[in-house]
Formats: sequence, structure tokens, C-alpha cells
Amino acid sequence: MRYVDEYRDADKARALAASIASLCEPGRQYKFMEVCGGHTHTIYKHGLEDYLPENVTLVHGPGCPVCVIPMGRVDDTIHIAEQDDVIMTSFGDMMRVPGGRGSFFDSKAAGADIRMVYSPLDALKIARQNPDKKIVFMAIGFETTAPSTAMTVLRAKAEGLTNFSIFCNHVTILPAIKAILDSPDLRLDGFIGPGHVSTVIGCRPYDFIAREYGKPLVVAGFEPLDILQSIHMLLSQLAEGRSEVENQYGRVVPWEGNLTALKVINETMELRPYFEWRGLGFISHSALKVRDTFAAFDAERIFEIPGSRVADPKACQCGEVLKGVLKPWECKVFGTACTPETPIGTCMVSSEGACAAYYNFGRFTRERVQEATRG
Amino acid sequence: MCLGIPGEIVEILPDQPDLAKVDVSGVRRNINIGLITDDDPQPGDWILIHVGFALSKIDEAEAKAAMDFLEGIGQAYADEIEALMESRIE
Amino acid sequence: MAERPLIEGSAPERSADWAEAAVREHAHVETVSREEQVLERIDRARRARPRLREQNITLSHGAGGKATQTLIQAVFLHAFRNPLLEPLDDGARLSIDGASLAFTTDSYVVSPLFFPGGDIGDLAVNGTVNDLAVSGAEPLHLSAGFILEEGFPVADLKRIVASMRDAAAAAGVQIVTGDTKVVQRGKADGCYINTAGVGAIRRPLGGDVRPGDAVLVSGPIGEHGVTVMLARGELDIESDVTSDTAPLNGLVATLMDACGGGVRRMRDATRGGVATILNEVAADAGVAVVVEEDAFPVRPDVRGACELLGIDPLYVACEGRMVVVVSGDVADEALSALRSHPLGAGAALVGRIKDDPPGLVLLKTAFGGTRIVDLLVGDPLPRIC
Repeated sequence: MRYVDEYRDADKARALAASIASLCEPGRQYKFMEVCGGHTHTIYKHGLEDYLPENVTLVHGPGCPVCVIPMGRVDDTIHIAEQDDVIMTSFGDMMRVPGGRGSFFDSKAAGADIRMVYSPLDALKIARQNPDKKIVFMAIGFETTAPSTAMTVLRAKAEGLTNFSIFCNHVTILPAIKAILDSPDLRLDGFIGPGHVSTVIGCRPYDFIAREYGKPLVVAGFEPLDILQSIHMLLSQLAEGRSEVENQYGRVVPWEGNLTALKVINETMELRPYFEWRGLGFISHSALKVRDTFAAFDAERIFEIPGSRVADPKACQCGEVLKGVLKPWECKVFGTACTPETPIGTCMVSSEGACAAYYNFGRFTRERVQEATRG
Repeated sequence: MCLGIPGEIVEILPDQPDLAKVDVSGVRRNINIGLITDDDPQPGDWILIHVGFALSKIDEAEAKAAMDFLEGIGQAYADEIEALMESRIE
Repeated sequence: MAERPLIEGSAPERSADWAEAAVREHAHVETVSREEQVLERIDRARRARPRLREQNITLSHGAGGKATQTLIQAVFLHAFRNPLLEPLDDGARLSIDGASLAFTTDSYVVSPLFFPGGDIGDLAVNGTVNDLAVSGAEPLHLSAGFILEEGFPVADLKRIVASMRDAAAAAGVQIVTGDTKVVQRGKADGCYINTAGVGAIRRPLGGDVRPGDAVLVSGPIGEHGVTVMLARGELDIESDVTSDTAPLNGLVATLMDACGGGVRRMRDATRGGVATILNEVAADAGVAVVVEEDAFPVRPDVRGACELLGIDPLYVACEGRMVVVVSGDVADEALSALRSHPLGAGAALVGRIKDDPPGLVLLKTAFGGTRIVDLLVGDPLPRIC
């Protein structure tokens, strides 16, 4: 399969790993954060940490759009779903995220009509097929997904649909990265930059990270070789004393981003003054809401949203895990009260969450695993 | 969620120019190409698919450049190993 | 870092009671700092008796993964407990007046009823035949119970029944008893079928799974699950994939003839896919199952569909494939035997049994790294079989 298999070549990986090792200054510790949940997933799925020298550590960041949804927003969504004649639609990842009184799955079992979709266009199709129902699409995701939601809203308007709306929970990546950079708990040497978000916003917005904070950032693809190559590029920068934004994922990411995508987002949505991120608190200008001109498609205006706020249990340390301060297994409830079967926090539910990735993929000391898989 | 996969455009649907039939390993799906119309997508082009939409065209030249870099590293590695082997032979 | 402006009129904060309770329940566990200790803690938590927390049944309970297992343990095994049920195998092994029998049952709720490669009738016969076959029995007799929805077309019922007749003939079994119920329009989604089967155990299997054993699969994985998913028509995906539903008793006989004494376990991979089976083998025998990602046969279009949907073929249902664990010294014969049969043409050696870490399935990625293949809680593809 083109554009995928070539980036999973084990021989090239070994070569890259050797080169990475040679770029490391002996005795120096390197900490890179991969912002994007998709990168966390790839790293664990392919066992990439096995390829890195001991002194290079990867820290998992908050780029998991499911993980940062506060429990209160889940409750609000269920509230909408429980209204008469509502069909709620959502991506699969959100179905098991626990709110204050359970997940979408639980609510579905109790009778609410909540359906899994793979694309907002599927929700539109359901709206066309069910003119007597009110279809709501729970829109989540960073700038990667916002254009698709925007296009769907534009399509709904063009078709004159009156029974379709979105519950907008899109968030933006830069405020989260800035929050990490300003956090006193963390000292990072560089960033593995989000790949697909950059397809939309381009590489220029990351300039401030290199310029003002002096940290290199390499926009990375999602195949294992992409990530290894990006680490190689970060180490090269550090070895040469540079601090720049570079694009490893040039085959997909245009430096200027996708102007059409940015245009449709801008046409249908605008920034909220502030938004609550699970574990990170309120961050200003970090999320999107539907513009007044598209009010007819805004679930927040069509339905009365209670604006629930649910406190995370004190023992839940999703916030620290999202900021990369704690490794998943350092969270006090990891593996006991909080497991994939009984998740307390979103990091354990989402397939991109650091805790889920670690529990499902990485959960064993390196030596023991290598011993078992030898031969 | 960041799930984006490459696929090859097989056909632009004649009655719906916003849609293209895309092939991923022999499986075909209709994808909305409304976000990349500026790039003039054509059958044979490869695109990045995300939740039913094409986000970007995959640039073959860039892909080749990235592969060449990796080959280069691989070659350097292979050369080194070879040199190591040769140095052992007395 | 985070600004907290005044929010007028927002609802007061409350806490999630279920989460607080879960944390309190585990509060006695001492805080640990070393990774090794955390992993041991997880192991202990996993071995502890599963507790059912939900008040209502959810779709996860039917997926064949962790939630299903918890339900079975906490409700069914708890109530019915007896030595014959305890093994929780594909079939129960009975001894009646000296005759060794295997007895099994399965219900079929697949949606849609008809799909490329077969229909609910095929599944209903083949599924039960296969459970008997992998228990080491020669499948003999089936029962068939139907729950039909008011308004269901008789023509469709006849189609399904014709499939069952043909499948039974192909498998060499007879349907000897049955039942029919009709429920009101809106229930039963057309047609649900339950089949139970009994077979004669003529050859015992070759002992416990142990380190050094080889793990094989009988053919390409994930075909049934992907077929049904695409047949639902919600996804606008075109593909030529068809269900792999087939009776495996002939293949099993060929295998047993070639190396019967070395065959330790056979399991047919249905919902939850081969990953679920591998986990069951690891957990039951307390061994490590170490497999290679590259070794699993997956058709390109199944792989493509899985990529599009974001799911892992290892977890996708099959209906005509089995996982076989054989003694290491007969691995080659076993593989040849499987491949000599039409249903085993794509058979492959996928891994080995080791002793450590016990109870886990480890996967060597195509890339050369390693990761753990755990049970899923639910299933990405509901109502697959």
C-alpha cells in the first residue's frame, strides 16, 4: 500500500535509530513532547520507544480532543439527546467517555437515541432520512476536524435542512501548547508537532514557539518512520544550536496550510472567549462556537443547555498526564480504579489517550518484553 | 481522531463534483473533496482522508524527497556496517 | 496559565458519584512509585473477581470482550456454577453412560440478515458446528429455535432455512428439533436464531498448552466482520470482501489425522476476532502468547477497510477461521495439514507460547517494536454475528 508501507520499514528504522543515537550528547537528557494523540497512539502501537536511546524521553501532550472534553459537556450532550425526537450523533471515541452520570453508551442503553457516525456527513444523511426528528452532531476535534464540520453545516444550509444542528466542542491547538510552555512543571527540549492539524493551519503559527520560547518544533507524520525522522531532525537542530519550525510531513502538510479549510471554519464559526479543558482549566480563545449567521444550526441555541460543571474526582490526575507532567503509570488510580473497562478519566477512554495507549500497548517493562519476544 | 489515511482518487463523480470515489487498498469510498478544489484533484492523485473529507493532496515529489533522505540514512548505516565488517577481515 | 473569568449563571459544580465511589473502593491500595510495582498492581486488579457495575445491559456486554466476560462471570457463572460450566469453553464436555459428548449453543442476531458470502442461516449452522469441532467432537445433531418478527416475509424465512439445509448438508449434520416463536412488529429485527448442537468426542486433545507450543491461524482474518459492517450500507464503502462463514469440522479432521496427539487447543475466532482468542488462551493456561504482526494473513481489502474505519483486523470477527495451538515439534505437519484442505489454504504460523509474562499476548510489530494485545472492552462493530 503506497504511502503507508514504505514508512514502516524496519531496516530504515534501525538506520534512523543508529543515527539518532549518534546525535545525542552523552550524558544529556532529552525530553520531547508529542502534542498530538495520534502520535501517542503510533508510538505505542509500533513500540517506537524501543528504538530510542535511554536518554531520549517522549512526553505525551494534550492533543487528544476527546481527552480534554470536561465531564460537564458530556452531561450536556446527554441532556440534549434525552429531549423528545432528538437523534444525537457522535464519533465512536466519545461513546464511552464518562460524564457525571455515565457515558453516551449508558444513556443509549437507558433509551436515548445516540448513534455512532464516521463522518459529519453521515449525520446529515440521517437528518435527510428523518425529517420529523432533530438531528444533532456532537462536533469534537481540533482544527483538523473543524473544516469538515464547517463544510457539513454549509451543506445543510445549502440543502435547506431545518432539522440539523451541531453541538460545537471544537478546540484549537495553539493555546494548549502555550499553556504547556508556560507551565512551570515542565522542561521540554522540543516538540513533535501535530501533523494533521498543520494540514489546516500550516506551519507558520508555530513560529512563536521557536522564536519566543527557543524550542524547536518539527511537524511530523503518523507513520513510525515519520516520527523517528522528526526526532532525528529535532536532535540535529539541538546539536547545531538551532531553534526553528521544520516540516517533516511535507508530503501532506503545505507550509501555508489549507486556505479553503480556514475560510469555511471562519465563515461558520468563531472563537469563544474561554472554554474549559479537562485537567487544564479555563483557557481563553481556545475553542470554537457557531456564528450568529448560522444560529439555526447551533444546538446551543436550539436547546436549553444546563451548562453542567462536574468536578473531577480528586484522585484523577488526567490534567497532569495531559500536560505531560506525569507518566500514565504514575497516576494513583491508573490500573486499579481507572482501567479501560472502568475509566475514571478521559485519558483512559480515548484510543489516543496516553493512559489508554500505555495500558493497551506499552504496559510492560521493556526488558521483560524484549526477553519474551527474542527469538 | 487524528485518523487520516492516504487514498487514491479513482473517479470524480460526474453529477456531484464535490465527491470523488477513492480507493484504499482495494476498498472504495466516496469522499468529499470540497476542501481541496483549489488543488484541482484528478483521478490518479493521492489524497489524505479524514472523517469523510479530503484535507490535502499528497505531494509525490515531497514523498520521494522524504524517502530519499531515509534511503540516505539507510545507505550510510549500511556503509558503516560494511566498513565495520571489512575492518574485521584480516 | 489558565484564566478563570466570572461565569454568570452557570450551574453549581457537582461531583461524579460513581467515580468517587470507584476511587474509594481502591483507596486501600498503597501508593507506589516504581513502574514494576504499578504493573503488579494492575495484574492483581485484573485477577480479582470481576464486578458488574452497570445497572442496565449495554451493547458492550454483547461484544465478546471484557464486558461480556464480566457479565458471564458475575451473573451467569455466579448463579449456575458447576464443574461442567466452569471451563467456559466453546462447548461443554459431558460424559453420559460412558459416551463422551460435546454440547454447545449460540444465538445469532446478525444485522443485516443477508450479506455477501452468506446469511444468518449459514452462521447459525456453521457457528455451532464449529464450536463442536474445535472442542474435538464430531458434530452430529443440531436444534434450531426461531424468534420471528410479525411481518417478516416468509420468502426471506425460506431463504434462510434453505441456507441452513445446505450448510447442514455440507457439514454432515442434521437439524433434529426446533422451535418457533413470533413477537410483535418492532421486536426481533426480522429474525433471531438460536442453535444448540451435540457431537461425539472421539479423539482427546493433546494436553495443556505449554511453552514451546506453536500458534497457527487457519486463514485470512477479519473477513466476516468487515463484510457485515459494509453490508449495513451506512458507510458508502464498496468492496468485494465476502464473509468467511464455513463449517470447520472437515478441516479439523484433516488436522487431527495428521497430528492429533500434538493438537493442544483449537478455538474458532468469532466476535472479538483472533485477538480475543489469543487472550483467552494466554489467560486460561497462564502463559504468554507471542505473535508476529506480519505473520497474520489479512486480505488487502480487509486491511483497507479497517484502515478507513480505524479498527485493527486482529479484533474483527471471523466465522470460518480457527486458532490452533500445537506442540512445537508438529508445527510443520500441522501447517501442511491445514494448507492441504481448501478451507485452510491460507493458514499461517503466527507465533509461539512462552512462559513469561503469563496471561499476556505480546505482538512483535512489523516495525520491530513490541506491544501488548489486550482485550477490548466493547466491540467497534456491534451485532456482527
